[in-house]
Amino acid sequence: MDWLYTLMPIAGVHIWWPGLIILGLGVGIIGGFFGMGGAWMVTPGLNILGFPMAFAIGTDITQMAGKSLISTMRHARFGNVDYKMSFTMVGGNIIGLEIGARTVMWLERIGKIDFYVRCGYLVLLSLIAWLVFGDVAKKRRKERQARAAGRAVNELETGLEWHKTLQKIKLPPVMYFNKAGIRCSMWLPVIVGFCTGWVAGLLGIGGGLICMPALVYLVGCPTHVAVGTDLFNVALSGLYGAATYSYKGRVELLAALIMLVGAAVGAQIGTVATKYVRGYGIRIFFGIAVVGCGVTVLMKLISAANPQLKPLMDGSATVLILGLVTALALYIVYRFLLGVREELALKKQKAVVA
Amino acid sequence: MLEALSAGASSFFVTEIENNMRKRLKLFRRIGILLAPACLTAAETATSMVVVADSRKLTGLRAWWANLYNDSHLNFALITVLVIPLSGVILGSLADFFMSRIGIDLKSRKLREG
Repeated sequence: MDWLYTLMPIAGVHIWWPGLIILGLGVGIIGGFFGMGGAWMVTPGLNILGFPMAFAIGTDITQMAGKSLISTMRHARFGNVDYKMSFTMVGGNIIGLEIGARTVMWLERIGKIDFYVRCGYLVLLSLIAWLVFGDVAKKRRKERQARAAGRAVNELETGLEWHKTLQKIKLPPVMYFNKAGIRCSMWLPVIVGFCTGWVAGLLGIGGGLICMPALVYLVGCPTHVAVGTDLFNVALSGLYGAATYSYKGRVELLAALIMLVGAAVGAQIGTVATKYVRGYGIRIFFGIAVVGCGVTVLMKLISAANPQLKPLMDGSATVLILGLVTALALYIVYRFLLGVREELALKKQKAVVA
Repeated sequence: MLEALSAGASSFFVTEIENNMRKRLKLFRRIGILLAPACLTAAETATSMVVVADSRKLTGLRAWWANLYNDSHLNFALITVLVIPLSGVILGSLADFFMSRIGIDLKSRKLREG
């Protein structure tokens, strides 16, 4: 069974390479479906496979750049990527990231970094989960009211509509983003990009977890367009991350390439699956992923505060992350297979009728 | 008398052991004081740890890659940044090709929120 292990030339560790393909497949499916980079699942996964933590982080960011590019290519064919929106946000994103990183340096100097970053992470994830599930509840209420009044339910209507208020602020220059179907001040995506970049730089996470809900709830992008546009942003920031981590010597390119083989297949499945799921289906599963991520951060906080609980909490957090990734990936594959079967059956039916 | 002798012997050995321990503790304290500045500077050095790839066990492309890493992180970074998007495009196009053989529409989707 030696052939199942390969020596990583830079990190100098022997890694079970099928595990890299499985991890790449899982993160490709989930990333393509939700528009996330997947750092919160891949970094612990690589660490478990045997990579030292610094290499796990650097390799994860590197494969994230490649995987997000693959997903972006597929989403672009569906018309889900608003490049104009992406390039408008990227400037604010980079400035926000840099300020976030400097805030981290300041927190480190005053000796408060671990506690504040973990708490900040927990607050952010709770806020996102509250946003998502609050939005779903409001949407359901509107649908019930529409049915009770005998009105047709609008398929594009959403629950929370903060974006409508923000879009009304027409600070020049005003731009039209055709893929997203939004006319708003240029400063809206720039400021949203800045805030998401700042939070990402502060908490050390990829922007996907924050950027996707920000595009949906603050800018007003339809969910599918938010997923595709966000993936392009993640690809750009991932490339920057790959450059900086490889310059620091903490990237195992061989591992990233092996993961990309799995991610190429996974990204196709995850992206095409969005075709068969309504926007609110994607939002609900995103909310579940966020709750799972929040619980693992809480476990890490408990483990840091109570060293005697560290083995239990760390082990449980790992099991939870990997279990959640597996469950979500399997569900997305199921929806993909179901959707493909239905589409092919419909196509056959139309061919017979014709 | 034997009891007195054995008590005296054991107390002699206990005293000997205690004296040895005290001497060792004094020595450790002196070594510790000497090493303290080194320990403080050692903490700083650990944050700028350099990783060196061990290319002795490697052959072919992997050996070349490890030597490139050891020689120049800049070249290593440049090649990484070129290879990753290129690989993404190639693998993505290949996966796209196989996906298109399934027979589903890969160019359009209906936008529905709820």
